[in-house]
Amino acid sequence: MTIDISQFVQAFLDESFEGLDLMEVELLREQALDSEQVNAIFRAAHSIKGSAGTFGFAAVSEFTHGAETLLDEVRDGKREMTAEIRGLMLEAVDRIREMLLAARAGGAHHAAGGPATAARIETMLASAHGCPDDKSQPAQRTAVATEPAAPIPTDASTDAPDTRPWEIVFVPEPALLRSGNDPMRIFSWLGELGDLTVECVTRTLPPLGALAPEDCQLQWRLALPGTVDEAAIREAFEWVEDQCSLTLGRVGDAAAAQPDEVPATAPAHTPAPQSAGTAERPVGSNGAPVERRADAASIRVATEKVDTLVNMVGELVITQAMINTIGHSADELDARAVDHLRQGLALLERNTRELQEAVLSVRMLPINFVFSRFPRVVRDLSTQLGKRVNLKIIGEDTELDKGLIEKLVDPLTHLVRNAIDHGIESPERRRAAGKPETGTLVLRAGHEGGNILIEITDDGAGLNRERILEKARSQGMPVPEQPSDRDIWQLIFAPGFSTAETVTDVSGRGVGMDVVRRNIEAVNGRLDIDSKPGEGTRLTVRLPLTLAILDGMSVRVGEEVYILPLTAILESLKPTPDQLHSVSGRGRVVRLRGDYIPLVPLHHVFNVPATYERPEDGIVVVVESSEDRAALFVDELIAQHQVVIKSLETNYRKVPGVSGATIMGDGRVAMILDVDSLTRLQDTVH
Amino acid sequence: MATILAVDDSASLRQMVVFTLKEAGYDVMEAADGAAGLEAAKSKAADLVISDINMPNMDGITLVRELRGLPDYKFTPILLLTTESSDEKKQEGKAAGATGWLVKPFDPEKLMSTIKRVLG
Amino acid sequence: MSNVGKIRQEEQVTAEKRELLTFRLGEEEYGIDILKVQEIRRYESVTRIANAPDFVKGVINMRGTIVPILDLRIKFRFADVTYDDFTVVVILNVDERVIGIVVDAVSDVIALAPEDVRDAPEFGAQLDTDYLEGLASMDERMLIIVDIEALVRAPELGLIDAESAA
Repeated sequence: MTIDISQFVQAFLDESFEGLDLMEVELLREQALDSEQVNAIFRAAHSIKGSAGTFGFAAVSEFTHGAETLLDEVRDGKREMTAEIRGLMLEAVDRIREMLLAARAGGAHHAAGGPATAARIETMLASAHGCPDDKSQPAQRTAVATEPAAPIPTDASTDAPDTRPWEIVFVPEPALLRSGNDPMRIFSWLGELGDLTVECVTRTLPPLGALAPEDCQLQWRLALPGTVDEAAIREAFEWVEDQCSLTLGRVGDAAAAQPDEVPATAPAHTPAPQSAGTAERPVGSNGAPVERRADAASIRVATEKVDTLVNMVGELVITQAMINTIGHSADELDARAVDHLRQGLALLERNTRELQEAVLSVRMLPINFVFSRFPRVVRDLSTQLGKRVNLKIIGEDTELDKGLIEKLVDPLTHLVRNAIDHGIESPERRRAAGKPETGTLVLRAGHEGGNILIEITDDGAGLNRERILEKARSQGMPVPEQPSDRDIWQLIFAPGFSTAETVTDVSGRGVGMDVVRRNIEAVNGRLDIDSKPGEGTRLTVRLPLTLAILDGMSVRVGEEVYILPLTAILESLKPTPDQLHSVSGRGRVVRLRGDYIPLVPLHHVFNVPATYERPEDGIVVVVESSEDRAALFVDELIAQHQVVIKSLETNYRKVPGVSGATIMGDGRVAMILDVDSLTRLQDTVH
Repeated sequence: MATILAVDDSASLRQMVVFTLKEAGYDVMEAADGAAGLEAAKSKAADLVISDINMPNMDGITLVRELRGLPDYKFTPILLLTTESSDEKKQEGKAAGATGWLVKPFDPEKLMSTIKRVLG
Repeated sequence: MSNVGKIRQEEQVTAEKRELLTFRLGEEEYGIDILKVQEIRRYESVTRIANAPDFVKGVINMRGTIVPILDLRIKFRFADVTYDDFTVVVILNVDERVIGIVVDAVSDVIALAPEDVRDAPEFGAQLDTDYLEGLASMDERMLIIVDIEALVRAPELGLIDAESAA
């Protein structure tokens, strides 16, 4: 039988990346690690080592061995889990991850910093134990042969091979059977090596009355041809050598009669698996883009989610059968049948909806998949900048669509780095300001209505109004007179804007807040800022629950129907003429409870005929975009729907003002409005 | 056909073992840790148990000890998966009542020849 | 033996000949590679795309896929653009994109050998010669062979975002 083991490699990589993530999380804990935590770290390393060898990643297995040994010593209490060991183990985690990423990309599983890290681990291993001759040869330790080999024949160099027949005396301990071993199976194994003769020695049997049925009370004398390899014979008894007296010798040998001289099996040494080859392309631990997490290819789904799906489909089938029966039962439907049919349809609707939710939940993953990277980011960055930061993570179990999670990694990382780089002050400055020297950074995720809310809050210096204004003016950006805080915070989203006094390698990477905001808007999300000088800054990211489904309101303009995302709608109203004003240079506005909200006539922006020209005849929907509010003027509101988002870009291109399309109940296509780009479009129409 | 229980917290290794055994025509039960393995073993008597040693919840050595305490598993072959460097573990496993071991890394052929050794 | 030779000969002929779907735009006959044609549908009402050029009629739902519909008669300024019972939409699959083009009528499927095709002259068809592969005679009439891939990729059609086309 040949089995292609490459089919299990994906599962191996998935679980190894998970194991590495787990190691990292545990190693980054602030408190001292308890034994269960150390155990978990050890198990992850152990598991990677064991599986890597099996699936053909010998270099990974070999590299991990050092880390595993060190962790084993910590686990056994032979060593303390010092900060140094933690750092070294984090380094090892990085190297292993690089090797596996390279392996996944089809390259050699090789990491640039690997040998250096391995050397540091070896030094550490040698340090306390003081047996350098053992510890200085890592290759040997990983290469202890898997099978016990034959003892070196004493006379092999001088004599021709000994072919005298083998004689074996096998005296099992009574308890042998209770280890699941069976002499008969050992004999049949030996029988495959050569022509075996078995003679049972019954004289040791106790009288019948004393016979214990679970004990093995027989002894055997066996003979095999002299051509059979001694190592193969010993292997057959390998599992029982501690439970028997075994005498192995050649006919005519003195040894055969003297059990004492049976040599113990000794481990042999074979060369270590070589991983090197000069053409191998190392993956960069410095500079080259190193992807950190296992991604796209597969999802691991909790069993209960799948069970729920199975149950729901069952329900759906039952409902379908019920409706079917009604449909076929009567030639003409009477009032009662119609009633049943309606009930069936209502049930079908509910089942379908529940099934949809359940199917979508399969795609949901806890946001911890992103958050778990931040302890490391915070630790590395604050060390680098000489700041003290205490990271708090709240709501890491909040679930998000897998597609969203992947798209959040970069923007959130950027925001976290920004908060440490620009937000939280140095310990000296904090002390001078009367604050604790250690700053606090809070990452919080949770639900708010149909949205996911992610907050990044720091207790740092806050945004500096004056500096931002000054910078904006010096860069020639339009600045409103008497700007509100909100107006000013918007300025930092302008392309190319940066207020950093010195360009550090942290924030001077050419990626601005404008890119961060665009990335978040690309997944229908919104980014808001709130900041108080001296107290800190809070960034809020609002995201739809999933990428595929949207709760929307259908609105009509002339003959066109559009979908407006519910999350963007604040309220709708039929304006009275005295609520409408014209402001020179800004078009028309709607006055609402003292605020003036710019009017955006949809037919105007989209250049389509409308039923009503005057806002007071139609309806105005107040929507909230990242930048501002707007009063969207349409002919009428139709209904609320849950719609499936389809891409326009698959076969066409991006359309300004539109985020995608959907298919309505009647089969027609309706465009989904993108409030952010609509309001910007309005500005260009003027 | 004989029933084999495979216990391993590594999904990839378990997949490989399960796949190989099923291809060979065995009935296979699987579990992701010692505790789950013990439950599975109680639910249906297996003819052979293959278990990893280092696992969360209950390790392989404890599993062997627990299994040997069950009347159904007094004589059942139990193989432990060990790594090459753990001679100590082999002895610990044997002392707990394991039948033998399979050394990691292993391939499907090695697995099958080891299985044949205990199931014939 | 002789049979084998004959079959091989036939294979060669079919390998060289290509099949074209012919259709009418105004008074002219056009042909496109049939391998690019996914299906032919009746013209149905479309959903307009805001601020799109006038020849982009809008999008339709084709079994869950959003497909843009182009009217080349508008793009290339044909005299009368009417939508009647003969008006059909040819759904094309070009460059992994699915698009539909409105044509006045679909005529036929013909097989053309390379020697039947002549280079297109600089004039004579409403379509720019950049998108033409050549001309062929069909009975008494002239068939204009369109390079549909070049047409779909043409920047002046604006079907593809500048960045994604790069």
